[in-house]
Amino acid sequence: MSTKSTTVKKSSQTSEGAFLKVLAGAVYLIIALLICIFITLVWKSWPSLKQFGFHFITGTTWDPVSGEFGGFPFLMGTVITSILALIISFPFSMSIAIFLGEYNKTGWLSDIFKNVIELLAGIPSVIYGFAAIYFLVPIIQNFEINHNIIPYGVSTLTAAIVLAIMIIPYSASVAREVISLTPRDLKEASYSLGATRFETIRRIIIPYTRSGIAAGILLAFGRAIGETMAVTMVIGNTNTLPKDLTTLFFAPSNTMASVIANEFTEATSDIYLSSLIEIALLLFIVTLAFNLLGRFIIKRMGGNS
Amino acid sequence: MTQASIQYRLVKNILFKGIVLLISSLCAVPLVLVLYFIIKKGIATISWTFLTSLPKPVGETGGGIVNAITGTLLIILVASVIAIPIGVFGGVYLAENKKSRITNIARTCVEVLQGVPSIVIGIIAYLWVVKPTGNFSALSGSIALAIMMLPVIVRTTEETISLIPYSIKEAGLALGVPYHKVLLKVVIPSGLSGIVTGITISIARVAGETAPLLFTAFGNPFQNFNILRPMNSLPLLVFNYATSPYQDWKDQAWGASFVLLVIILLINILTKLAIRRWKIQF
Repeated sequence: MSTKSTTVKKSSQTSEGAFLKVLAGAVYLIIALLICIFITLVWKSWPSLKQFGFHFITGTTWDPVSGEFGGFPFLMGTVITSILALIISFPFSMSIAIFLGEYNKTGWLSDIFKNVIELLAGIPSVIYGFAAIYFLVPIIQNFEINHNIIPYGVSTLTAAIVLAIMIIPYSASVAREVISLTPRDLKEASYSLGATRFETIRRIIIPYTRSGIAAGILLAFGRAIGETMAVTMVIGNTNTLPKDLTTLFFAPSNTMASVIANEFTEATSDIYLSSLIEIALLLFIVTLAFNLLGRFIIKRMGGNS
Repeated sequence: MTQASIQYRLVKNILFKGIVLLISSLCAVPLVLVLYFIIKKGIATISWTFLTSLPKPVGETGGGIVNAITGTLLIILVASVIAIPIGVFGGVYLAENKKSRITNIARTCVEVLQGVPSIVIGIIAYLWVVKPTGNFSALSGSIALAIMMLPVIVRTTEETISLIPYSIKEAGLALGVPYHKVLLKVVIPSGLSGIVTGITISIARVAGETAPLLFTAFGNPFQNFNILRPMNSLPLLVFNYATSPYQDWKDQAWGASFVLLVIILLINILTKLAIRRWKIQF
């Protein structure tokens, strides 16, 4: 009897140990995964890092034939499309956030808005791109014809509008959460002084949640930078820098993600491939920085998204 | 005078609410447009032959997308097989060891991993799988999608398991059940609805991903069930057809978009049903 109980105990102990090891193993695997991603990117982009150095970021010539690779046009393209997208989406995401976080936290109308946001976030990027080719590109083309601009249709602005629609759910959900976290007594104090709801929102809620809203914008920016398919389909993919304000908005350009999507399978030489991987490395580092910063701010505010 | 100023403030108040409501409603416009076009154009192309036949070469009308449908399902299936065990076990570990240092590091890693652009993950899968094996394969696409599913599964599992009251675990332990059996037979089953939700959300999230498949699964005009060979998938097909110059292909892209959207919506509805059915209240 006693021997039996010890063997049972022993076997259960070993299987317990094995099980806990499996659990811990999964966690270590996830950590190792991220580290390996970073190492792989650095390792594979090393030839380009070594050859071009800092010039890779400032160089404006991207010529696979002569083997000269400067990524400045793509960096600019990414920054311009993302910032434009943020500016366009800001009023929309803020309205949604104020409505769902302050005016109507529950009820049928807020249910509708929540579902709209969820669906907007759920539509695949490639379908956004396709719909934009079909719907948005002709509109932009008409506008360009009417204003004597070369009617490409595909342009930085087209990409920015599509991006703006795609990032509304991200910045709206973070902003909604921090707005609904505003302490009740602060709002009540404001009402008791005779302030209207609009004044409370403007003077109390927005200032109180400012850093949380900023965090939402950072996260949305991180999304916008890495967004590939929809942008690739409507940005026109040309490696030129904007010369003036018209070309800034209405000329085709390229982003870091779209150049990878377009040229990766065509990269014939090692240095070409390695340059594209260096762009991926830059994307990885930039999105990582934006994500960590955004989440740090949210955590400090006591939210949990 | 004061009356007027109060009036002015009240009007401003109402006006602001109206503007907020108006701009919020405008967000539904792109959604309605996209859905309208996909349903209108998609239904026009969809037929039984479209769903069950292979693509025809350029110039020949007709043809279908059956290889892309089976490809999408197979790639997601393999990705789930890879991601679910790692994600669930990792999530359970994080929920059970809240204060350890490794938990903090892992949590940050999961958050970072969630933010990594999908195109970068595609490149990683290319470098890790496609390059060493020497050819594009569905497996490499599945690995890329699995990496994207992992953070969602880990986080939802962790959140669910954290919500389970300690008393339930204590009841198991008090009966003399070993700790790992308590986890397997009590804790994980109690949190099943949350875990299943996380899994389906992650599947819905990657089902429409194109960028990670561009240089991994690559696409294939033929029927293929071998995961070590290139395979077509719906998002890839939509991308290739939508950017092609042929009107016939563009029409088919609408049909494929419709099918893809229906699959994603079905997954979402299943998720909501799963939550309602298996939700355990404490």
